Amino acid sequence: MKPSTDTDTLAPPAAEANPVEGIDQSSGNFSYKVDYAFDAGTGLSEDTVRYISSVKKEAPWILEFRLNALKKFLSMPMPTHWATKDLENIDFNKIRYYLSQGQKPKRTWDEVPDDIKKTFERLGIPEQERKFLAGVEAQFDSEAAYSNIKDLVSKQGVIFVNSTEGLREHPEIFKKFFGKVIPTGDNKFSALNSAVFSGGSFIYVPPGVKVAQPLQAYFRINAENFGQFERTLIIADEGAEVVYMEGCTAPKFSTSTLHSAVVELVALKGAKIQYITVQNWANNVFNLVTKRGVAHEEAEIKWIDCNIGSRLTMKYPGVVLKGRKARGEVISIALANDGQHQDTGAKMIHAADETTSNVIAKSISVGQGRSTYRGIVHIPKHLKGCKNNTECDALLINTNSRTDTYPAITVRGDRNATQHEASVSKVNEEMIFYMQQRGLTEGQAMSLAVNGFINDLARQFPMEYSVELKRLIDLEMEGSVG
Amino acid sequence: MPASAPTETKSTIGSFTAEAFAAHLAAQASAPAWWLDRKRAAYAAFASLPFPKRTDESWRFSSIGSLSLDAFEVERVDPNALSPASPFGSAHLTFINNRVAGTPAGQTLPPGVIVTTLAEAAHKHADLLKAHFMAQPQKLGSGKFAALHTAFVGDGAFIYVPRGVAVTDPIVVTHIASGAGTAVFPHTLVIAEENAKVVVVDYFVSADRPSPLAPRPSPSGERQLAVGANDLYAAHGAQLTYVAAQDWSRDTLSFQFNSTIVRRDARVQSLNLHLGARQARHESLSQLQAPGAFSEMLALTAAEGAQEFDQRTLQIHQAPNTKSDLLYKNALRDQARTIFSGLIVVDPDAQKTDAYQSNRNLMLSDDAEANSLPGLEIQANDVRCTHGATSSRIDPEQEFYLQSRGIAKPEADELLTFGFFEEVLARLENTALHDALNALVKAKFAK
Repeated sequence: MKPSTDTDTLAPPAAEANPVEGIDQSSGNFSYKVDYAFDAGTGLSEDTVRYISSVKKEAPWILEFRLNALKKFLSMPMPTHWATKDLENIDFNKIRYYLSQGQKPKRTWDEVPDDIKKTFERLGIPEQERKFLAGVEAQFDSEAAYSNIKDLVSKQGVIFVNSTEGLREHPEIFKKFFGKVIPTGDNKFSALNSAVFSGGSFIYVPPGVKVAQPLQAYFRINAENFGQFERTLIIADEGAEVVYMEGCTAPKFSTSTLHSAVVELVALKGAKIQYITVQNWANNVFNLVTKRGVAHEEAEIKWIDCNIGSRLTMKYPGVVLKGRKARGEVISIALANDGQHQDTGAKMIHAADETTSNVIAKSISVGQGRSTYRGIVHIPKHLKGCKNNTECDALLINTNSRTDTYPAITVRGDRNATQHEASVSKVNEEMIFYMQQRGLTEGQAMSLAVNGFINDLARQFPMEYSVELKRLIDLEMEGSVG
Repeated sequence: MPASAPTETKSTIGSFTAEAFAAHLAAQASAPAWWLDRKRAAYAAFASLPFPKRTDESWRFSSIGSLSLDAFEVERVDPNALSPASPFGSAHLTFINNRVAGTPAGQTLPPGVIVTTLAEAAHKHADLLKAHFMAQPQKLGSGKFAALHTAFVGDGAFIYVPRGVAVTDPIVVTHIASGAGTAVFPHTLVIAEENAKVVVVDYFVSADRPSPLAPRPSPSGERQLAVGANDLYAAHGAQLTYVAAQDWSRDTLSFQFNSTIVRRDARVQSLNLHLGARQARHESLSQLQAPGAFSEMLALTAAEGAQEFDQRTLQIHQAPNTKSDLLYKNALRDQARTIFSGLIVVDPDAQKTDAYQSNRNLMLSDDAEANSLPGLEIQANDVRCTHGATSSRIDPEQEFYLQSRGIAKPEADELLTFGFFEEVLARLENTALHDALNALVKAKFAK
């Protein structure tokens, strides 16, 4: 099957037309006509759920789990009493919940069908794998088209598979934790994901194993009106260490697309998990994601969350600090341009003595973009030695840009300490003037200032991602001044 | 979050039935028709508005189950009520159970300054009252209770300072609640015209002891309901200082709604001291309406026992070059709970806004609980907006330093606690007021 070039639509180069709108989605803004062997049709019902479960040949308990979740999803109201009314624009009956060419991912790029392979080649995935990754999973709509882990890593006992394989082949490992960190009814969208989930990564790192290179998953939405509902579960056994990165893109269709993932992390005693996201969905994607980790004694979970794309993102990565001296961290960067609302933040639930958490959030609002920080810090009764530090800084570029901050901090007892600080500012005029004096254009100066604003956070990204982030910001800032 | 009873099963109007309202109107028969009409409209709103629910964002973390309006009495006259001595000197106006007591004290006021009752103002200054009495929208969640206030307000203070006049001494208003089951609806309205200068003190107290500095006869006192409000208006260049000291009985359910309007180059400083009540909700709304306006919002809470103090604030910057500065400090002992929920709103045209919001919680026991919700909604880019919230115990290093100088730990902690309070009190220019508030805090918190 050859890709039909007539549907191969590339966006114009980002620098022309409306640059304020021109976040660089050009590299992801294309789609191929794909013949899907499995299609659950449009709309959501019990039959949709049964169809997904049957093509995946799932165990009966999973079907039951899904049907139960569907009931919860239908009974729960939209959280619009605190969240944006834009959620009401999602039409659940117009979404396609499952599309795939098969449930078994290929182990080499040569086996991947041409059109799908071409998609990922254009996004640079095989190249990255060769360069610096320990394992890659590439999800195309509902299922992984490609999944591979380097021999060296798999010999250490590391399991890196998609959710379908994980539940089928390693139930003794994954069933125990599946749906435990984020219960089905945690929120309306975690219930939806639990009903129709497909794809995502299941990772297990055995005790003491430190995976030297990052594992990566790449999520691609190709079809219009499609909903992607991947489910990821990462378990780092005692003393294990792993870095996981995810990236995502989708072409820009005229109708909106839904992405609603659930990501659960479990860091057992002394383990370390670092989870890095660079979210660059097209700006018609509703990105409603629930992410949470449980950190046991002396374990550490760190979320690095960077949101640049999507129409509306609602995502508050959390850490439940369950064991003594556990540590949680969220580093968040959000960039909201015209027509975008980045509603992001963090949750830190302290549940043991001497646990510490740190949240650093920086947001940039450009044009009429809106960025929101929402956070929860909870330190319950009779704990001691818990500490939280939260810093939120917002940068507003244009006169009509908008930012909000809504933290909630609960502290009980006199043996803990929290501090929260937030500031809102614009780019320092003197700084811009100084740089213009030295021969930079206003746009270049602005780019430099914005990159400086997030520099201390961007440095925590792996090199390749941090370079990409800088490039995206440079593109963004062009034409945003004057 | 505390469990709350399902609200459907509970009456949403409690004792404030249509019959109770009719009786109240009958007692207000001499008031002008427009005043009575407003009360009727407010009563209708009160009766129809729903009770707060646990899921309401504006009541997040609040105890909803204990907000009962049952078994209160409005038209309760208590001729033998104690009139506790005021730490602020003699009051210009004293209200006991919603009725003015005696005639205004004989302090001399500059010409043109009006200090009178709402009842009289409704006849003599109807236009001013219509324009300013409860005129601002209730944006902080208590629409129902604010309507209850307007429906049942019996009397209150009306203070008017004409253009260019400076009143040197504070104008003191005392509101007393006496007797178990009493409901009071205190109100103070202050209008400072162009370039006027005035200091107003509201003192809220239950008549359960002869002096506010004396120890309480019983730990809780009588069960009362207070639904109070104050409207502050500072015209062009005016300087208005407002101090409210709340020392209701320890079994009082208290609501207090503040509205502050600051016009061009005007400056309003408000300080709320929270000591009394079992559960106290305080909502404060500052609107900075014209360039140069400045609102300083201060609060001090000394919470102990099972007290809950629930403070909600909103700073709205509606014009360019306006400034607001908020500092709310809570010290918590025993099982006390505090909630601070603040929001700074910067409207799209309010460039050059300078807004600050700070909530500091001093945790003095292992059972105390402090909740902070410091919020920002910014729609202009050329602004300086920051907020901070901290919760922690007494700094061990400071404690150690004092101990190393020979001060025992309990004394050291007390000194540091009062040092924590002093940062707020020191913002007051008037030293006599500073000392009076300090004495009230000490009466409650010194060991």
